[in-house]
Amino acid sequence: MNAIILSAVWGVVMMFSGAFSKNKMWARYLAIAGAAFLLLANIADMYAQGNPFFHIDTKGMLTFNMFGLLVNAIAFATTLIYFFLSAKDIEEVGPHAGEYFALIFFVLCGVSLVTSYNNLLILFIGIEILSIPLYILTGSSKQNLKSNEAALKYFLMGAFSTGILLLGIAFLYGASKTGSFFIDDIGIGKVPPSPLFIIGLLLLLAALSFKVSAAPFHFWAPDVYDGSPTVFTSFMISVVKGAAFVAFIRLFADSFLEAQPIWQLIMALITAATLFIGNITAVFQQSVKRMLAYSSIAQVGFMLFAILGVGLKTNTAQEGIVLYIAAYSLASIGIFAILARMKDHSFEGFNGLAKQQPLLAGVNTVFFLSLAGIPLTAGFFAKYYMLSIALQTGKYFWLVIFAVFCAAISIYYYFRVIQAMYFKEGEQQEVEASPAFKGMLVAVAVIIVLLGIFPQWLINKLSIIYF
Amino acid sequence: MPINYYIFLSVALFCIGVAGVLTRRNAIIVFMCIELMLNAVNLLLVAFSKMHHAAIADANAGINGQVFVFFIMVVAAAEVSVGLAIIVMVFRKTHSVDVNFLNRLKH
Repeated sequence: MNAIILSAVWGVVMMFSGAFSKNKMWARYLAIAGAAFLLLANIADMYAQGNPFFHIDTKGMLTFNMFGLLVNAIAFATTLIYFFLSAKDIEEVGPHAGEYFALIFFVLCGVSLVTSYNNLLILFIGIEILSIPLYILTGSSKQNLKSNEAALKYFLMGAFSTGILLLGIAFLYGASKTGSFFIDDIGIGKVPPSPLFIIGLLLLLAALSFKVSAAPFHFWAPDVYDGSPTVFTSFMISVVKGAAFVAFIRLFADSFLEAQPIWQLIMALITAATLFIGNITAVFQQSVKRMLAYSSIAQVGFMLFAILGVGLKTNTAQEGIVLYIAAYSLASIGIFAILARMKDHSFEGFNGLAKQQPLLAGVNTVFFLSLAGIPLTAGFFAKYYMLSIALQTGKYFWLVIFAVFCAAISIYYYFRVIQAMYFKEGEQQEVEASPAFKGMLVAVAVIIVLLGIFPQWLINKLSIIYF
Repeated sequence: MPINYYIFLSVALFCIGVAGVLTRRNAIIVFMCIELMLNAVNLLLVAFSKMHHAAIADANAGINGQVFVFFIMVVAAAEVSVGLAIIVMVFRKTHSVDVNFLNRLKH
């Protein structure tokens, strides 16, 4: 509850920060303080279970369990790191620095709603609060035609998928015996499913796949991620995508568990298609930013394994997705922070970076290794968990082999960047990097390596208090 | 009237909206088609709400469906404000609201 209220209030505070002060530094410090405050309030919520600062009777429409709160904590921590690394780039997008930060805080409010909803109404509102500020952030570089087009495309596609989500919710409402939107009531239990229920479930599946950009509903993602300002792309593919996944998992673990025979095979096919399309198209990209956009689709393919495994007795699906969100968010925030400072976003732009900026090249290598899932980085255990989920379901051995094959393909395009940095000669180029920026990047790399050696630090938090 | 009539009407309206989104090229008309989809859902929710009200012996049964409709209206209005701003921004840049322009993003 802390996070929902504080993030919304802080968003309003940030809007006023732009009105009263012309100094951009002021907005930045206020934003960093806000993110740190949110993180602390959320951790307080985690350790004082059921005893938040604010007591509001939500009539059971929100439930706060450890899974949601932990994902919140990861999202806020990532945002804090993101502000440290990229606040300067956010200010350079346009003249309204305070408003950009305000929109990011509104997105965080949406994040904390979709990680704690217990009612389809809150799911709908949460997804909208998450999406609408993102449409604005995508188009925030007003003079850039690509950004404008990306915003229009994202908006039209996002509103379309909202329509599909709502039709699914309406069908589920019609199919429920008690006439309720609570996610515990819309499940079918042991009775055979009605056609209304099946259609509603499939529509929700499609709409949520759309929001996390799973194939075949991914077509908007590369253009939007490529077109929006680089700083905001990094936020969209890390924090926002993780939150959308939590919404997905909560719904399918709580409401549709009994209906698993209906959707499990479809989910497996979606996973396979996402892995295939994301990895194959990423290979052919010439721009690193666009390659990362496609590779984010490929990473979504791995995250989808968690939804396949929601019915497992142990908490594996939740553990796996928490680790994956942490590993993926940290790595992509780091990569994009460096990418945003480079002038040339093609692979050639990275040529010879190791000679000019050995430290940046080094941490960048750690981030790319983590994305590729090389051992000793957090990405390895994240992928390992996902594949073990698929094995534990006992039905999708073919999918595991396919996923390993796709991970091998992904090594090609991730290592292309590393190869460009270390083994190619490039022209001298200015990459502006202050000692604080470098220090923060090193800290992120250290966290990634530590999570790769001791993933239980994060995961145990979930299992100790969750039960 | 049986609930099926309402379902068919709403789904027909929804499909008109979907067809419009997929085939029309003018961003404003695409946008109107999305609104049509949302309003088809509103109609369906109200119909289901009445259905639950008749089926369940409770004075408040089914009322949540109608509350949901209000939320959809409010959120749709918020979306309209952002969406029209984006369309105006694109129009200023390209002097057109044709979504075919969007294909320029591919390389």
